[in-house]
Amino acid sequence: MNANTLDVPGLGAPADTEWETVVGLEVHAELATETKLFSASPNQFGGEPNTHIDPVSLGLPGSLPVLNQKAVELAIRVGLALNCRIQPSVFARKNYFYPDMPKDFQISQYDEPINVEGWLELPSGKRIGVERAHLEEDTGKTVHIGGGGRIHEAGYSLVDYNRAGVPLIEIVGRPELRSAEEARQYVAELRAILVAVGASDGKMEEGSLRVDCNVSVRPAGSDQLGTRCEIKNVNSLRSMGRAIEYEANRQIDLLTSGQPVEQQTRHWNEDDGRTHALRSKEEDYDYRYFPEPDLLPLDPSTKWVEEIRQGLPPLPRDRRLRLAEAAPSVDVDHIGLAVERSMDELAMVAIGGGGSPERVMTHIVHNLADGFGELAAEALADLVQMEEAGELTATQAKKVLGALVDGGGSPREAAQALGFEAMNTGELEALVDKLIADHPEEWTRFCEGDAKLTGFFVGQVMKATQGRADGKAVTQLLNARRG
Amino acid sequence: MTAVEIAAAVRSGQRLARSVVDEHLGAIEAGEADVHAFNLVIADQARTRADEIDGAVAAGKDPGPLAGVPVALKDNMCTRGLATTCSSRILEGWEPPYDATVVKQLHNAGAILVGKTNMDEFAMGSSTENSAFGPTRNPCDLSRVPGGSSGGSAAAVAAGFAPVALGSDTGGSIRQPAALCGVVGVKPTYGLVSRYGLVAFASSLDQIGPFTTTVADSAAVLDVISGPDGRDSTSIGEPQPPVSDTLGDGVDGLRIGVLAELSGDGIAPDVAARLQAAVGALTSAGARVAEASAPAAVYGLSAYYLIAPAEASSNLARYDGVRYGLRVDASSTPDMNTATRSAGFGDEVKRRIMIGTYALSAGYYDAYYGKAQKVRTLIINDFASVWEQFDLLVSPTSPTTAFSLGERTADPMAMYMSDVCTVPVNLTGQAAMSVPYGVGDDGLPVGVQILAPALGEPIMFRAAAVLEASL
Repeated sequence: MNANTLDVPGLGAPADTEWETVVGLEVHAELATETKLFSASPNQFGGEPNTHIDPVSLGLPGSLPVLNQKAVELAIRVGLALNCRIQPSVFARKNYFYPDMPKDFQISQYDEPINVEGWLELPSGKRIGVERAHLEEDTGKTVHIGGGGRIHEAGYSLVDYNRAGVPLIEIVGRPELRSAEEARQYVAELRAILVAVGASDGKMEEGSLRVDCNVSVRPAGSDQLGTRCEIKNVNSLRSMGRAIEYEANRQIDLLTSGQPVEQQTRHWNEDDGRTHALRSKEEDYDYRYFPEPDLLPLDPSTKWVEEIRQGLPPLPRDRRLRLAEAAPSVDVDHIGLAVERSMDELAMVAIGGGGSPERVMTHIVHNLADGFGELAAEALADLVQMEEAGELTATQAKKVLGALVDGGGSPREAAQALGFEAMNTGELEALVDKLIADHPEEWTRFCEGDAKLTGFFVGQVMKATQGRADGKAVTQLLNARRG
Repeated sequence: MTAVEIAAAVRSGQRLARSVVDEHLGAIEAGEADVHAFNLVIADQARTRADEIDGAVAAGKDPGPLAGVPVALKDNMCTRGLATTCSSRILEGWEPPYDATVVKQLHNAGAILVGKTNMDEFAMGSSTENSAFGPTRNPCDLSRVPGGSSGGSAAAVAAGFAPVALGSDTGGSIRQPAALCGVVGVKPTYGLVSRYGLVAFASSLDQIGPFTTTVADSAAVLDVISGPDGRDSTSIGEPQPPVSDTLGDGVDGLRIGVLAELSGDGIAPDVAARLQAAVGALTSAGARVAEASAPAAVYGLSAYYLIAPAEASSNLARYDGVRYGLRVDASSTPDMNTATRSAGFGDEVKRRIMIGTYALSAGYYDAYYGKAQKVRTLIINDFASVWEQFDLLVSPTSPTTAFSLGERTADPMAMYMSDVCTVPVNLTGQAAMSVPYGVGDDGLPVGVQILAPALGEPIMFRAAAVLEASL
């Protein structure tokens, strides 16, 4: 027997093998501080190249780092929100040469990070372990000029050090995600937490949130981890999902055809929808980590950590639980969506104001996807109550909602402005009776049980009222007349 | 005139700073060709600054405690708009856009910068022969080295080019050249003087300190350059009492140990004899002198030659040709990095980068860097026990007097042994200084090293003043 087949889960597996994808994510988030991690230069996205710089962020000879206390506070906020243990930590130098890294080492944390052993709960209730969340400095940006922007064909390269020294928190998740969708939920949840605690703006498109994906596969039921590949350059949740799916399939194809997966760092190419090998494990840098002698060990006092804990806002998970309690019959995904879109507070107030949880949540999930503009929670509550009283149809309510989002005000005024005068029951009854009298043949067929005729009568009512009537009420009325 | 005398004369209007500067520039003009203490002399700027000082005095203002005192600065301290080379080709053409904290402090105290002094490249060496710009010679005997790595600063003071120079001491780079050139040199407690703007060699060991001809001058300079600095995280947060205030308090009743590990094997007999003479002087002044022992100190040199290169390998990575200094073009960035560093660094710097890179590598870290740090802890613990029994320690500063140019360049180990007495104090972060105490059989200066616990500068200077007075 070949020893390899023992060591590599799934190598040479039959074609009908069921596979499990295993994903662990490393997320880098830029912390929302005023200044850089070790100097007073502004921490701001954009700006003319090389204007947010100083001797420290340029790593000039003789310059020394001084730790930004606000960055530490934000890191502790993230740690607490991720249920981590906050511990004494040490900065370390990660040594490697790269032109956009001013000192040719990065100040990071290595074997003694500030936050360890936490977890994050997905909206489904599944908990994903967080191994650590540590502080480090960002690098500058290299732009390759000529040759289509690729390094090897470029005529020359320019470096912008505005980003060099921007504080980052790197959140290392355990390989406990089992699909691209779970990975998406994890990042969405993490982003919501980062934004909620004020640690980061969470903008993937500006690079303030960056994700590296460790992907491996194994036969379903195996408890061994397969060989992983690290995927870099995923710049949106959508491309992350695509990259994970592509990579898992690539690995499955290799294993089922009897070839091992090689441990590699791979680059996601958005254009061709594939991952490409960057370097193998053997080519990986030896970072020669050692404690940063220019900084003191970091030992936040228990008192300070407690103060930070007391100041934390409600987290997405707590907000979901709260909303689920207020709207128990609503699907958990919809609850999650409302919190993800920060509409949970609106929902809570609208429900508290007397709106039915189901109708409130229907508007939130389906009709307010683009945001809620001028809409006040009280107005939403009133709107839902008008719907329930039969004063507005679902279609009308949606239009009124649109008007409220655009211009505010009360739903009653908006309904009037749109001509959605509520029909009183007497008016509707008179109309229905007139239609029965005008269409005796159709009425007889309806009474004999031809269901299609319901639509005919409702349509006639709608035509006569220009859509002001409530379809459900008409149906009820017709059934009542039939006896 | 000493620095203290110059400052007093200038502040009181008895003497013009301009005449002080002209006198020293004259000495430089007369002697620099032989000694080669400087990489850069800024005669015009020094004269302009002197006129400013004189103007201030004339206007009734006090320019500060070092008014009109010419100062030479080791060429690894950043000076805005003035080349700062570390005596290396790799920094060719670089002019820092900022001043080191010590440069600002000296300026604010009324001192006048006259030039940047030669050194072993990136402070790696014990003879100032590892300079890309040629060696400095010992003013006491031009065929001898001035010691190193701050040899230019020591020679500048010994030659009378400036009454004050600053150096940096990572393993003895102030004290050893002070001893070899016959001047006072101080390695303050780690964190007492800001390192902001000092081009790093080994960050956990580097410390800036003064060279002067008298103990009182060193005290005056230290009082100016010490103190908290928000730009250096390792700076000690609380201001310390001025050393100058207690300079004359003597050593009566102090317990002084002769550190056995640094005073026995390998010490030349004429140097050992001068240490005995110093012990006699301290005893006569009322100190109780006995033998002291810090057994782990004998491993200091071994630990030092792992820790210092390890930190240096990281600190010197930034000289890659991308942002400043030398660039040797090549077809790819890594090739450009390699070509630049190959051309820009001298042999000793390359040797230490390689030793340090190896010591930190995966699989070797524990055996080398990790073990060296443990030895460092042992040495710190041994000294902690010693300080329970003693207020100060003494030893020779250098095992020998100044050696000849070229004598040790072919044998790095022999060169490294020059630091055997000075290195332990850098590992512990304690204070130490070298005080000239007569001459050896060859007529060349011998220095006695006084060691003090962390922040023990006030009593260290009291003992130095006693030795100085006993000559």
